[in-house]
Amino acid sequence: MSGRGLRRVVIVGYGMAGARFAEQLRSRDPDGERVAVTAIGEEKHHPYNRVLLSTVVDGSLGRDGVALQAAGWAAEHGVDLRLGVGAAELDRVGRVITLSDGSTVDYDVAVLATGARPWLPPVEGLAGVGGEPAAGVVAFRTLDDCEQIQHTARTGAAVAVLGGGVLGLEAACALARRGVPVTVVHPVEHLMERQLDPGAAGVLARVLTGLGIEVRVGAEVRRWTPGYGLELADGRVVTADLVIVSAGMKPATDLARRAGLVVDRGVVVDDALRTSDFRVHAIGDCAQHPGTPSGLVQPAWEQAAVLADLVTGTDVSARYTGSPPVTRFKARDVDLMALGDSLVGLDAADSEVLCVTNAGRGRYAKLVVRDDKVAGAIVLGAPAAAAAITQFYDRDLPVPLDRLALVLGRTALVGGSEAPDPVDLPDTTVVCRCNAVTKSALVSAWHEGARGVAELVSRTRATTGCGGCAHAVGRLADWLSTTGNADALT
Amino acid sequence: MERGRPPAPPDERAVDTHCPYCALQCGMALTPAGVSATVRPTDFPANRGRLCVKGWTSAALLDSPHRLTTPLVRVGGELRPATWDAALDLVARRLREIRAEHGADGNAVFGGGGLTNEKAYLLGKFARVALGTSQVDYNGRFCMSSAAAAATRAFGMDRGLPFPISDLDQADAVLLVGANPAETMPPFVSHLRRAIDGGGLVVVDPRRTATADRAALHLAPLPGTDRALALGLLHAVISGGHLDLDYVATRTTGFESARRIAAAWWPERVERVTGVPAADQRRAAELLARSDNAYVLTGRGADQHAAGVATVGGWINLALALGLPGRKGSGWGCLTGQGNGQGGREHGQKADQLPGYRRLDDPVAREHVAGVWAVPADSLPGPGRTAYELLDALGTPSGPRGLLVFGSNVVVSAPHAGHVADRLGALDLLVVADVVLSETAAMADVVLPVAQWAEESGTLTNLEGRVLLRAKAVEPPDGVRTDLDVLHGLAVRLGQPPERFPARAEAVFTELRAASRGGLADYSGITYERLRAGEALHWPVPSLGHAGTPRAFLGSFAHPDGLARFAAVDHVGRAEQPDDEYPLLATTGRVLAHYQSGAQTRLVPELTTAAGGMFVEVHPDTARRAGLGEGAAAVVESRRGSTRAAVRCVTTLPVDVVFLPFHFPGDERANLLTNPALDPVSGMPEFKVCAVRLRAAPVEERA
Repeated sequence: MSGRGLRRVVIVGYGMAGARFAEQLRSRDPDGERVAVTAIGEEKHHPYNRVLLSTVVDGSLGRDGVALQAAGWAAEHGVDLRLGVGAAELDRVGRVITLSDGSTVDYDVAVLATGARPWLPPVEGLAGVGGEPAAGVVAFRTLDDCEQIQHTARTGAAVAVLGGGVLGLEAACALARRGVPVTVVHPVEHLMERQLDPGAAGVLARVLTGLGIEVRVGAEVRRWTPGYGLELADGRVVTADLVIVSAGMKPATDLARRAGLVVDRGVVVDDALRTSDFRVHAIGDCAQHPGTPSGLVQPAWEQAAVLADLVTGTDVSARYTGSPPVTRFKARDVDLMALGDSLVGLDAADSEVLCVTNAGRGRYAKLVVRDDKVAGAIVLGAPAAAAAITQFYDRDLPVPLDRLALVLGRTALVGGSEAPDPVDLPDTTVVCRCNAVTKSALVSAWHEGARGVAELVSRTRATTGCGGCAHAVGRLADWLSTTGNADALT
Repeated sequence: MERGRPPAPPDERAVDTHCPYCALQCGMALTPAGVSATVRPTDFPANRGRLCVKGWTSAALLDSPHRLTTPLVRVGGELRPATWDAALDLVARRLREIRAEHGADGNAVFGGGGLTNEKAYLLGKFARVALGTSQVDYNGRFCMSSAAAAATRAFGMDRGLPFPISDLDQADAVLLVGANPAETMPPFVSHLRRAIDGGGLVVVDPRRTATADRAALHLAPLPGTDRALALGLLHAVISGGHLDLDYVATRTTGFESARRIAAAWWPERVERVTGVPAADQRRAAELLARSDNAYVLTGRGADQHAAGVATVGGWINLALALGLPGRKGSGWGCLTGQGNGQGGREHGQKADQLPGYRRLDDPVAREHVAGVWAVPADSLPGPGRTAYELLDALGTPSGPRGLLVFGSNVVVSAPHAGHVADRLGALDLLVVADVVLSETAAMADVVLPVAQWAEESGTLTNLEGRVLLRAKAVEPPDGVRTDLDVLHGLAVRLGQPPERFPARAEAVFTELRAASRGGLADYSGITYERLRAGEALHWPVPSLGHAGTPRAFLGSFAHPDGLARFAAVDHVGRAEQPDDEYPLLATTGRVLAHYQSGAQTRLVPELTTAAGGMFVEVHPDTARRAGLGEGAAAVVESRRGSTRAAVRCVTTLPVDVVFLPFHFPGDERANLLTNPALDPVSGMPEFKVCAVRLRAAPVEERA
């Protein structure tokens, strides 16, 4: 597959972005006629779905259940995959990458997909001497992390989750499902403060408490002591045998920095996913693209598709212009979505803001409308509304004229769904759709002598299709026989 | 006995028959009354004494004033009456001339899923033997060809419902995908009574249909996102712990590839693509998993996409993961649409197929069938174009110049209908055999008036693979011939020995039995006598002593290794995306009172009254933003054409989705809009979604 004249593409990082990119390359160039592909992955595992790690923690899926690529995929598709080895240096002049095992790989196009690393907050005891997590401390990023969490959880020991963001709370929910005592410790005054307003966060805390999760917000952490727990600044102690640190991610940019590429929070890229060196691209969590939220897989996959179009020449005009920031909480027991400008206050001058709260039932729905479009939303405990509002946001549709309907997950408020009594319906109402029989036809048949259900059926054919109107016809027959009057038609 | 069944008075003149319309093939007794007749439902298992308004009024077609009773030949631009001899002589001469000038493939044949097994069989034979053309296909390509291909891939055999319809009576849970039987085959719904009453009906449909109204759970994916939903449900089945591990291990293969693809489709991601709440996806998976008797049934909503085979494959995957197919009391099935949609796809009017569901490119199959036909196997042409490809090629330099149409009204029912009409107009010869002057017949050079339904005998195979005899009950009007008679007459004029193309249905069936012997759809053990005696014969019936196969796949599937195959299918988007110019998604379907192109039902006054005129369902906001109110005259436009329709406001539609029924003719044809992007395997066009825009009809356009 490494024939002469092929563009040599080297993918650094073989997680959800890098592996997806390899697949996208091969779907456009199945026979390896355009690009030769080498991929380098630090983890020993074949690529898996990180999004589903909480499902591994709660036991719904085994390790194999999250695998995204078959072990033999790379070999079958002419991808030179090297797992368990990192990239040590990127020499942009020589266009060569030196790997951690000392070997080198030449490239025409380098694609950085190095992802992000969990950030360990500067709390005494969390990090070992080399900056690695100390004993009893685990991040929540890899399958190995999950294994460590499961190992501890199996013994029935208590777990603390440090960080009340989406990932931390998903981990907490997963553990709670397994019956593990969990305490969430969050240094800010309310949970998920980047996505939720205080009202929503309050309802969420209530929901989590109902699931058996203890929630400590505004809790500054002073020290982690293995085998003891987290000591808080106010002197309280959260006893725990394990602390899952979920305090945010840092784009893995070391290689790019050392290579002299422009790096801000992540490796800076443009709409063609180019770094400051046009031969080097970056996608996924390590990349920083204007207008793209970090830490989500959808942008990474969209970037992989665009870059594959560009690198294979399938569509040289392909561009990645950003992804709408939609946060979707993935847990069976908590249905939560936040998107866009979700933190806008109820009295914002430039927006219509609707908010419905039912804390007792774990429900909260907030909709921010600007210029007739969804500008932001938070929906907790209302799955239909979450799905519907996301559709309007993603597809940039004008919101329903009846805004309140959308907060309830509909596009228009209509009358109650209970079937009305046929007696109360107008004469022109079709009672039997299958045979197009109106109420007046049934009443007329009655007056013409069809004095009973069987006779009404025989004369009008009502009920003889799907049979769904049998109850209505029976009710009309009862009504006609009790009133029995000749005025029924008038 | 259920309340609501009218008592059927005995009448010795009554003839047991079946409805002329859909694949449910409701049993009915037809009583001749002068030139007319009346029908009553019978206690046949498919309908059990029920009929919809189409069935009840079906006899009105027999004495319709619109019946054709004489051949018509175009002279000086006008269709004028002609004698049968003159018409058939003309057709045969033109067919010979075209063949001489353009080769055998210069002539083409287009059939229909409403034709009897005998007609479908003889039509395929006529094309390949009398015309020697490879260019033969039929409108079933536009119905369930995707499900047929997907089932063949998954199970090694395609029988719509591989179990008797009455098995559904015991279903606790039914997932209906892209099917609206409450409107399209109303008596079918009575088989779902237990599931409906027990809160076990789940309906997948972008619209809140009459069927969805009865569901415990309605999943409404945006048109063109069905496959993502199937993947989400598979994901939910796996992560919910509902996978039938034993079944997957012992009765299937290919699960791992399907699983890996589904791993990338967690319900929240699927929600984003489809609009179906993640919680509802999980509920649906749980509902199916915890039911003892669960079924997954797919309809045209799954079939009619440019990736329809993969979409149906996705739903079959779900059924396999739950361990449903090939077990008594559960399964996957396809709800076939047309009256003989099942039999019509088995006996050789399909571009790639020989009788008995044999493949035209299989040398053994060719030998067998050529032997029955007493022709050399190498004289049989190879596979030809699929339906839309065929229509698209008509009158082009490399395409056919002559076309014979039987039982189909393609200028209304084919996608991109305006273009199809142009292609028909470019032909040197268009011959249409029909009961009435359909929109396609009106374009023809020669129109042949043929008998219908109760006027002739023939067999049909209903949606459960049961072969039915529709016996002749009344005499056809004077001047009318049967399709078989027409084929016989043409074949003889083309120099074929008369006995090679029998005109008597039972004789054709006898030949069909021999041709199907040993094939997947083996009819060799079925006789008119057994059918007259009321035997319930589901194919395959490989010998006279064989009782038929009501439930297929019980021991093993029809692949050589006996295992069912998971399909490695991923979601890709629709063929045409909405944009600023065409921001809405149009989807098409049927209404209760009409059938297919409406050529028959639009002639029955009671049905046209019930159905009203052409309409477009629109969300009231969208209508209002376009300056339209309820009942307003609107124009719906796509890149391919525009259609006139009256606005019906429907609050349950997504704001950017409109629905159009496809039964109406002229400038009210929904198919003027639809996208002829084809499935690479089945040749199915993407009827179910295309990008459109909506505007008010200009005043001068308002009739």
